[in-house]
Amino acid sequence: MTTLPEKTDKKLGLVIDLDICVGCHACVTSCKEWNTGGYSAPLSDIDPYGADPHGAWLNRVHTYEAGEGHGGQTVHFPRSCLHCETPDCVTVCPTGASYKREEDGIVLVNPDTCIGCKLCSWACPYGAREYDTDHGVMKKCTLCVDRIYNENLEQEDRVPACVRACPTGARHFGDIGDPSSEVSALVRQRGGYDLLPEMGYRPVNKYLPPRERRDGGEHQSVLPALAEPSPPQAKLRGESFFAWADRLLSR
Amino acid sequence: MVLRNKPGQRQPRVETSAKVADEIKPTTCYMCACRCGIKVYLRNGTVRYIEGNRDHPVNKGVLCGKGSAGIMQHYSPARLRAPLLRVGERGSGEFKEISWDEALEIATKWLGEVRERDPKKLAFFTGRDQSQSLTGWWAIQYGTPNYAAHGGFCSVNMAAAGLYTFGGAFWEFGDPDWEHTRYFMLFGVAEDHASNPIKIGIGKLKNRGAKFVAVNPVRTGYNAIADEWVGIRPGTDGLFVGALIHELIKARKIDVDYQLRYTNAPWLVIQDKGAGDDGLFARDAKGNPLAYDTKKKRLVNALLADITPALSGEFKLRDGRKAVPALQLLAERFLSKEYAPESVAEETGVPAQDIKRIAAELAHAAFEEEVVLDIPWTDWAGRRHEKMIGRPVSMHAMRGISAHSNGFHTCRLIHILQILLGSIDCPGGFRYKSPYPKQTPPWLKPFGKLGQIAPREPLGGPHLGFPTGPEDLLVDDKDQPQRIDKAFSWDAPLAVHGMMHMVIANAAKGDPYPIDVLFMYMANMGWNSSMNVPDTLKCLTDKDAKTGEYKIPKIIYSDAYYSETVPYADLVLPDTTYLERWDCISLLDRPISEADGPADSIRQPVVEPDRDVRPFQDVLIELGARLALPGFVDQEGSPKYPGGYPDYIVNHERKPGLGPLAGWRGKDGKSSGKGEPNPKQLEKYIENGCFWFHELEPNQRYFKHANKDYLDFAVSMGFRLEPGRVIFQLYLEMLQKFRLAAEGHGNVVPPAKHRKRIKAFFDPLPFWYRPFEGAMLDEDAFPLYAITQRPMHMYHSWGSQNAWLRQITAQNRLYMSRAKAETLGIQDDDWIWISSHIGRVKAQVRTMEGVNPDTVWTWNAIGKRRGAWMLDEDAPESNQGFLLNHLIAELLPQRGGGYRYSNSDPVTGQAAWYDLKVKIEKASGAEAGETYPMFEPLGRPLDSELPDVLRFGAQFKDDPSEGSTRG
Amino acid sequence: MHPAYSVILFTTASGAGYGLLALLSLGGLMGLTPLHPWMGFTGFLTAFVLITAGLLSSTFHLGHPERSWRAFSQWRSSWLSREGVAAVLTYAPAGLFGLAWFLGETAHWAWSLAGWAGIVCAIATVYCTGMIYASLKTIRQWYTPLVAPIYVLMAAATGALLLNLLLVLFGALAAWALWLAVGALAVAFLAKIAYWFSIDNARKTYTAESATGLGRFGKVRPLDAPHSRANFIMREMGYAVGRKHSRILRRLAVILLFAVPLISTSIMIAYIDGALLPLALLATVSAGIGVAIERWLFFAEASHVAMLFYGNERA
Ligand SMILES: Nc1nc2c(c(=O)[nH]1)N[C@H]1C(S)=C(S)[C@@H](COP(=O)(O)OP(=O)(O)OC[C@H]3O[C@@H](n4cnc5c(=O)[nH]c(N)nc54)[C@H](O)[C@@H]3O)O[C@H]1N2
Ligand SMILES: Nc1nc2c(c(=O)[nH]1)N[C@H]1C(S)=C(S)[C@@H](COP(=O)(O)OP(=O)(O)OC[C@H]3O[C@@H](n4cnc5c(=O)[nH]c(N)nc54)[C@H](O)[C@@H]3O)O[C@H]1N2
Ligand code: SF4
Ligand code: SF4
Ligand code: SF4
Ligand code: SF4
Ligand code: SF4
Ligand SMILES: [Mo]
Repeated sequence: MTTLPEKTDKKLGLVIDLDICVGCHACVTSCKEWNTGGYSAPLSDIDPYGADPHGAWLNRVHTYEAGEGHGGQTVHFPRSCLHCETPDCVTVCPTGASYKREEDGIVLVNPDTCIGCKLCSWACPYGAREYDTDHGVMKKCTLCVDRIYNENLEQEDRVPACVRACPTGARHFGDIGDPSSEVSALVRQRGGYDLLPEMGYRPVNKYLPPRERRDGGEHQSVLPALAEPSPPQAKLRGESFFAWADRLLSR
Repeated sequence: MVLRNKPGQRQPRVETSAKVADEIKPTTCYMCACRCGIKVYLRNGTVRYIEGNRDHPVNKGVLCGKGSAGIMQHYSPARLRAPLLRVGERGSGEFKEISWDEALEIATKWLGEVRERDPKKLAFFTGRDQSQSLTGWWAIQYGTPNYAAHGGFCSVNMAAAGLYTFGGAFWEFGDPDWEHTRYFMLFGVAEDHASNPIKIGIGKLKNRGAKFVAVNPVRTGYNAIADEWVGIRPGTDGLFVGALIHELIKARKIDVDYQLRYTNAPWLVIQDKGAGDDGLFARDAKGNPLAYDTKKKRLVNALLADITPALSGEFKLRDGRKAVPALQLLAERFLSKEYAPESVAEETGVPAQDIKRIAAELAHAAFEEEVVLDIPWTDWAGRRHEKMIGRPVSMHAMRGISAHSNGFHTCRLIHILQILLGSIDCPGGFRYKSPYPKQTPPWLKPFGKLGQIAPREPLGGPHLGFPTGPEDLLVDDKDQPQRIDKAFSWDAPLAVHGMMHMVIANAAKGDPYPIDVLFMYMANMGWNSSMNVPDTLKCLTDKDAKTGEYKIPKIIYSDAYYSETVPYADLVLPDTTYLERWDCISLLDRPISEADGPADSIRQPVVEPDRDVRPFQDVLIELGARLALPGFVDQEGSPKYPGGYPDYIVNHERKPGLGPLAGWRGKDGKSSGKGEPNPKQLEKYIENGCFWFHELEPNQRYFKHANKDYLDFAVSMGFRLEPGRVIFQLYLEMLQKFRLAAEGHGNVVPPAKHRKRIKAFFDPLPFWYRPFEGAMLDEDAFPLYAITQRPMHMYHSWGSQNAWLRQITAQNRLYMSRAKAETLGIQDDDWIWISSHIGRVKAQVRTMEGVNPDTVWTWNAIGKRRGAWMLDEDAPESNQGFLLNHLIAELLPQRGGGYRYSNSDPVTGQAAWYDLKVKIEKASGAEAGETYPMFEPLGRPLDSELPDVLRFGAQFKDDPSEGSTRG
Repeated sequence: MHPAYSVILFTTASGAGYGLLALLSLGGLMGLTPLHPWMGFTGFLTAFVLITAGLLSSTFHLGHPERSWRAFSQWRSSWLSREGVAAVLTYAPAGLFGLAWFLGETAHWAWSLAGWAGIVCAIATVYCTGMIYASLKTIRQWYTPLVAPIYVLMAAATGALLLNLLLVLFGALAAWALWLAVGALAVAFLAKIAYWFSIDNARKTYTAESATGLGRFGKVRPLDAPHSRANFIMREMGYAVGRKHSRILRRLAVILLFAVPLISTSIMIAYIDGALLPLALLATVSAGIGVAIERWLFFAEASHVAMLFYGNERA
């Protein structure tokens, strides 16, 4: 069903905080681990012990450097499906295997009907579709649809595996369509942004930019420099320091 | 135009409540040393999923990249299958599988003979051991002085500097107060043992708006998200910190009250050049240190609570000699021009104005942003304080400091900076984790002196302790080291964690003596934990020209996987994986406590081994019984712990009432800390998620070094022997004792060849010196520093067998500054030669911006030997990846024909991995594409099938009970 | 983009097949070609074989060819689905018309309606094929108005060459068909040149800085890729042909696809009564190889936006 729903009841998605992501890959392997045995099972690995190990992963973390030298920044950049509101990855699908859910906006692939034509992966600007060459089926982030409503899990565990694992708390999950949700508030406060908004896919997932650095460069300390030392003629090094300390003590 | 669904159009139905597990079992992760709590989901006896345990004090529910890949470790094709007896030459990988009975018989025979003759001919070293309280105790009962784990090549600089200075340490002994800190400085950390806690903490503090400063030559990982990155030149942190101290003292920004209350700042130091007690503390007849009371105008016992001691001035002692307060000596040192920001800027690569600004920011955070908690508490002297007032500056440091030959003093410098700011164990500062703080240093001396070793006799006490003077060294009457690794000798007097990195080389050379059996556990010494791998392999295979026997005659090794070291063993004892065994993370060992309270934990087997492997701890206990070691057999000589490790965990008592686990002790299971063994203890642990955590009362949570309620509690738990406070050692008198010995004072003096060195480096006040390798080599020939970092998703060598983790990093590169590379005509992806004074390695380059221009670095332990870990021979790990260790010398460069010291810190013996200096040249086109050196591929004793495709997880879907409906 | 051989084969063969089908039908309907039953039989058979082989080969790159029937369902939104529907639809009218031709029954309006319907379906199919690519915003080199027409023009040109070959075989060569080939080739050539010009000079609007949103800190460069060996995206989208290589291949394509057939066909016009089989064969084979190269380049020169995350600076 590759047309898009008129509207979705919710816009579930992730908000990823680039300011505190340390690039630990916890979200990467926990995603793999949950999903290789879940809705998308398996996420095959090719040549797992050989020269060219690769496989299907629904979430990957890049590391970029932006800017030059000391003034630049290193940014860890997790990337998975953004569950776009108007994504062509859905509309190009010839079989209806790719679809966007009406109730929550999750973009899913039905592994039982996908023919593995890969067209949806061509239509995704974010490189978020992962073809499983062994299984012959397109895989992608499911927003852990088999966790977030799963009654076999405790209420507080009904979040995506990657969010559940992330040690720094850089991943947030919620309804971005609901202005009163925590994720929406975060996006507002921190200037959350869309990737490639020009493409017109209207990604649901948002990225929170790294905060301004507070180093010497442009952001000179607002603090006054520390007091200058005692008169240079002092005999003993630190004489005035000690005079001060002893005065302080005999208060 | 966006096409919309037609009304009523049906979308596929998704089973959103699929069954997740038949059973979920709690245990403890061991994908690294952090020891997080996990819950293992099982389907049909197969591990389906591993998640963090929300209630666990260490990880509070989160899990790291390794922990989440535990499945692939557990189902690794490189797992050993049965005990192996070597049949080919060492290194060939030719083994035959034998039964456990046979294996245990052989081991008992080898170990028994040595114990009969000379127990020190057994060297028992246990690497990444998490059961040191068992393995150490076993070695004590066996009677060999040659026991240690990995601390000596890991972090002993941090442990020693911290424990001698303030009774705690970075490492696993404490944490920043993540909740309250306003200013956090991280020195030389890429990952640390507190893997998840640091990540949780950094995330929190950044969201609170606290400032995070990272001091590190490389800007990746934690350092990438710091508010400020100080791209320091390796090995120069001591200068940088010295300059911060300089600025703070100059500007009078130190917490003077704190110095008086908690440190030896006012203690008087004897000034009498040439005397046998010069530089020691002046003491009264009872041995109490003296201070000068400015109100009473006389010398007083410095340990008394209510005195008004002077912090400066020169005072006359009763015998007429002069003495000055320790703080004065410290201030004089750091106020000198040497430590002025302008003087250190060039060497450290940190501009003077940045140093000054950071000092100002530290002062601001400490003194203008005080954290006040409305919690009354009582100090050691019984004085009540209405509030807990904190200086919210915290620091953490690890191997970037530790792995240099000046690491001990540099680490001490950092602690002194913390202490001067008043930020140890206060709200917002650095916080101890129980059982720390201990006394400075802990009251424990190393055993292994001449008279303490005898055939068939236990050692009498623990191997590793804290010398407080030359008389505690383990040297014989000819000043020869007593230990095979030369720990606690004049080479490395404060080697409080041993020196595992020297064992193989020393044993092969017979220096200080040959050994008969090398028994190792969980350390890949044939590869990534050795310096100078090519020579190490030679040491393992060298034979005596006369007898034709190996120079290290017998090697027993326990590993769980086919690592590079396995082929060098004569007898291999295959261990289980961490999901198949009992373990005990004990307060007697390296605990998992949090700042808010002590904790310990267990592992329980969550899956059955499907092969002939046994938990090493069970094997050790059985060997203990077969050898009839005291403590392992009862009066009748029958095994004391027939139930193996779980039996030991529950029933062993180190002292009456004190056992491996602190929780649910006593017959009724109601006591904590001390109490009789409780037969139901393990069940209690399992019920509670496999851990025990005791939350301290609010009034016990800070100032633990001087907090009466905490100290009393610590005594009741057996963490401490007495409730006395901990006094921070700004001035470390004990070092001066060694120095005096080097000047010829006292009964135990170093031999002539060691004197200069002891004198130079046993300075009671910390100082900076250039790391040895750089200082000894021609800097123009080897202009660059070469260091490694741990990838967050790999644990040393053992991650590469993991089908998931190795996809993330199957090949390491040499990273270097883009600008520097350009000057050498090198571009991204080029192949280059990295040369040190002992050899060269070929690698592929990646250029970057966020790195100190004089530094090159790589991810640690990615390079693998062909054939190991059951990877295909064309695996990138062994063909393009490389190991920097081939270039790191285990000995310092030869100098003037003299004695060659190990490449270690002169005080602690800590391996100086990061002192390495190299030069880089572009490789020719013909040389590109493959690493060098390339060792013989290892033979394979396993015939595991290596799949072309891994479809892990498909089996759960086929399970009809899943009931998945899609349509 | 990674040039998948099955897709190149598919578009080349089926394009020529649909071209032949349409032009043969046109010739028949307009009375421009003799309605020789065996010529009709051969012509339609060739067209159907090419189309069918192409369609079959296109299923080779599917992960689940046995499910390909599902691809007909989403014609409301998916050009691939539309293509499938059109392709299958074409069989019926074109088959009927072919049958009628063979049976000599083309006169009836119903048959000729089928003929015209077949032509429309054939063009529609090729157009849909073109639109599969031309509708992808993610690939600048494809997302242009020229792409779908070029697919149609290529089909016309290669179809015309095939038609000529057929006419030569059955001794029915006619000037209109030769001129049609020349015309189609010439227009296709101009369109292709225009296409190359446009992709070479188009503004590359997307950058690594905009893709990551990190441009605010300066130039963005990858430090560590997520995984150290290439993943599906890099294998599928990361294929890029070197500039030099692409120039050579473009020239080769121009020679084989346009120059050789144009010259051969022009000679055929000049010597329309000569023994033209070798020339007709040469033109067809050369153009066939030429289209395959052109198609290969169509993929190899296309760069995908997603590669901005993997080190491409612009797209
Ligand atoms: N994921 C993972 N976790 C681990 C391990 C692992 O292998 N993998 N190993 C465990 C073990 S055994 C240990 S010892 C710990 C070690 O944990 P870390 O101390 O974090 O160890 P390293 O990765 O060696 O990081 C050292 C850092 O110091 C920097 N550095 C090097 N020289 C200097 C210097 O002179 N000054 C400063 N300021 N920085 C410097 C390096 O760039 C690097 O970032 O990690 C433990 N945790
Ligand atoms: N260049 C460079 N070299 C370094 C360092 C560095 O920073 N740079 N760091 C140094 C430091 S701090 C350390 S701690 C060392 C670490 O180096 P090692 O102590 O050698 O650590 P690992 O590589 O983790 O190897 C431990 C061995 O334990 C085995 N093992 C894993 N699980 C089990 C188990 O359950 N049971 C048993 N019996 N065996 C098991 C593994 O297969 C492996 O062979 O490396 C040191 N070497
Ligand atoms: S990120 Fe890609 S796969 Fe996900 S919805 Fe958007 S276009 Fe589709
Ligand atoms: S690969 Fe599967 S999901 Fe993607 S477009 Fe083709 S059929 Fe649809
Ligand atoms: S939401 Fe689930 S599927 Fe998506 S990236 Fe996170 S763990 Fe993977
Ligand atoms: S788990 Fe969190 S911190 Fe780690 S890489 Fe993923 S988003 Fe970043
Ligand atoms: S940090 Fe990761 S690998 Fe280490 S114990 Fe915790 S979860 Fe396991
Ligand atoms: Mo370590």
